[in-house]
Amino acid sequence: MSPLLTHDVPSGAAYSVLVRAGRVVRLTALDDGANCSTLLFAAHDRVDRLNVPDTLKAQMSARICAPMVLMSDRGLGLASVTGSSLDWHDAISGHSLDAHAERFGASSYGSDRNEWRRSARHGLLSELRKHGLGPLDLHACVNFFSKVATSDSDAGTLTWVGGHASAGDWVTLRAEVDLLVVLSTAPHPLEPSWRSGAVGVEIETGSPYGRDDPSMTFRDESARALLAAKEVFV
Amino acid sequence: MSAALDTLAVEEAVLDVVVEAGDGFVGTVPAGGSFRIVDLNGNQAADTLFFDAHDLSNRYSAMDTIREQGAVYLTTGSKLLSSNLDLLATITGDTCGRHDTVGGACAQESNVIRYGRHTRHQHACRETFVKYAASIGMSARGIPHNINFFMNVPLTSDGGLTFADGVSAPGKYVEVRAERDIVVLISNCPQLNNPCNGWNPTPIRLLGWWQ
Ligand SMILES: [Zn+2]
Repeated sequence: MSPLLTHDVPSGAAYSVLVRAGRVVRLTALDDGANCSTLLFAAHDRVDRLNVPDTLKAQMSARICAPMVLMSDRGLGLASVTGSSLDWHDAISGHSLDAHAERFGASSYGSDRNEWRRSARHGLLSELRKHGLGPLDLHACVNFFSKVATSDSDAGTLTWVGGHASAGDWVTLRAEVDLLVVLSTAPHPLEPSWRSGAVGVEIETGSPYGRDDPSMTFRDESARALLAAKEVFV
Repeated sequence: MSAALDTLAVEEAVLDVVVEAGDGFVGTVPAGGSFRIVDLNGNQAADTLFFDAHDLSNRYSAMDTIREQGAVYLTTGSKLLSSNLDLLATITGDTCGRHDTVGGACAQESNVIRYGRHTRHQHACRETFVKYAASIGMSARGIPHNINFFMNVPLTSDGGLTFADGVSAPGKYVEVRAERDIVVLISNCPQLNNPCNGWNPTPIRLLGWWQ
């Protein structure tokens, strides 16, 4: 079945899209080393947004992977990670700021036209503002296609795992409520070079699921978040 | 113990309040001031946020702080950064050892997810955060991911996360130096359903020294 929408986001750009509950967002790395810093909001009430700490602690994970449920501030399952070619997507190290882009020298539209280096912050804010949102809505993001591991030492030292994603790697998110998805393809802030890649966005029709769905059976917490999503408007 | 701590006498504190379990605090610490949180009875999570007092949208950022220090736990020397990478405060003293900033704050709704519908009406940190934030004109939108002082949330190299028994004990404390004028927002966690408060939430004491 062909997707309802196909849009390729070039490297270093940003995008936002409204997605109906039940549909599937497929993100595909179109280049090696792609990164996709992603925020989610409940479209019916954008004060309710992806909450990475709640998502991680409820599912006892330090990374995002299938079949985890991405949870909101107010206890909704916003989206389920229904599948991925990668078993680790970073969510604990934030998105790139202008200071990260400026390490690679000055860049502006005036000098570089649309090749100018724009941080994830620049792109995410640009998209958020189109929806009447702004800096207060910048919660922690998921950096799809990137991996940052922690050591088992007392300090919990971070390690950037370079080359994690290759062209063709993918992840699918099933929208559990109507969603506003905001994303940036700027490099991960720990990427030592200004290197990222394009990301393909496809919106597909989903299919109904039942109690045997992998995200329902993953953990009791995941199932309760999905049930809460079904009770948004009773 | 840092040199700064040796010189700070409790009787000379300009701020000295006890925050009961399940209550909160909001207040300003001027640049250069020292602010201490004492875990009076041990194993008590103090959910804490810092804001630039002159721009509340420039607020503590857990993920920026973690990334820029290259480590996931907070302890002495940790530079607590804002969402604009401004230095809000530095941890100058820590008799506990390490603190969590990945686990966020408990909420009534997340309690339902974690423990079931029967916990929907139990008091939770986000109720306290929102209430005290409202007193300074801030809404839920303005509340970012927090620090859990005295809480132990180990992350593992294979991508796991657990809530472990606390590493704190009666009288342990953490102290920060304000690097600019900051607003401190605290919820003294009322969580009853996991070991973060040793199954029994207890008071904390806040002490401050400044001119
Ligand atoms: Zn709490």
